[in-house]
Amino acid sequence: MIARIFPHPLLSVVLAVVWLALVNKVTPGNVLLGAILGVLVPLVTAPYWPRRARIGHPVKVAEYILIVLWDIVVANVQVAAIILFKRNRNIRSHWIAVPLELTSPEAITVLAGTITMTPGTVSAMLSADSGSILVHCLDTDDPEAVRDQIKTRYERRLKEIFQ
Amino acid sequence: MDLVSDILISFFLVIAGIFGLVGSFGMLKLTETLQRLHAPTKATTLGVGGVLIASMLYFLLEKGSFSFHELLITLFLFLTAPISAHFVAKTFMQANTRQDDLPATGRDYGWSIYEDPPSRSDEE
Repeated sequence: MIARIFPHPLLSVVLAVVWLALVNKVTPGNVLLGAILGVLVPLVTAPYWPRRARIGHPVKVAEYILIVLWDIVVANVQVAAIILFKRNRNIRSHWIAVPLELTSPEAITVLAGTITMTPGTVSAMLSADSGSILVHCLDTDDPEAVRDQIKTRYERRLKEIFQ
Repeated sequence: MDLVSDILISFFLVIAGIFGLVGSFGMLKLTETLQRLHAPTKATTLGVGGVLIASMLYFLLEKGSFSFHELLITLFLFLTAPISAHFVAKTFMQANTRQDDLPATGRDYGWSIYEDPPSRSDEE
């Protein structure tokens, strides 16, 4: 019964919270409207969520978010330094193929987004069987190290969160 | 107290301005399309982020109210920036790169713009 009203409890909570943040005022009416949205939207969109993503321990999720936020700041400074202080012909860009151990589409999406936001790398493509991801690296002397960093720093943590 | 918060807010605004400028400059300076993609996805994130932090501090310290809108903007930005970058990269590669230019996938199947995915029945 409860599972029928809330097919996706986490999505319901997120929708209600985002609604409250959008109106920026916590009043009973807004809470009620947020709750209604939180119930209706997951019900209507349930056919588009054939598989439920399992999210691991909240502490792990928080740890991952903090690490990524910190890396984004570092990435900004690094990329800014490359843009400002390196001559174009000294910038060595590489393609890197990163084999994936992650299998769930949600986890791969998060990983691809993380790669794009963090130091000097943009995720460009998946292989046809989504078994590896193609990454463009702005400037590196050691493509192997970049690949290993992606695998140990992000993929390992995502594996703990999603699997 | 007012002076301290003013300085703090200005600090974040200046940081944001610098990174926004560097990001835009990168678009002009770098020569290859895929390199230029790096400038707006990164340098600009901190540019926008700095403005948002300054705005939050302004409402918190000067107006005494907490605003959630900046957090939402950050959230939506982090959700959309990688996706649009991905679209640009894929569109560019479809027209301008060949499979030989890319490293091997290390799998049985090639990269997805050159090869169809294995059908469901193969998978299971």
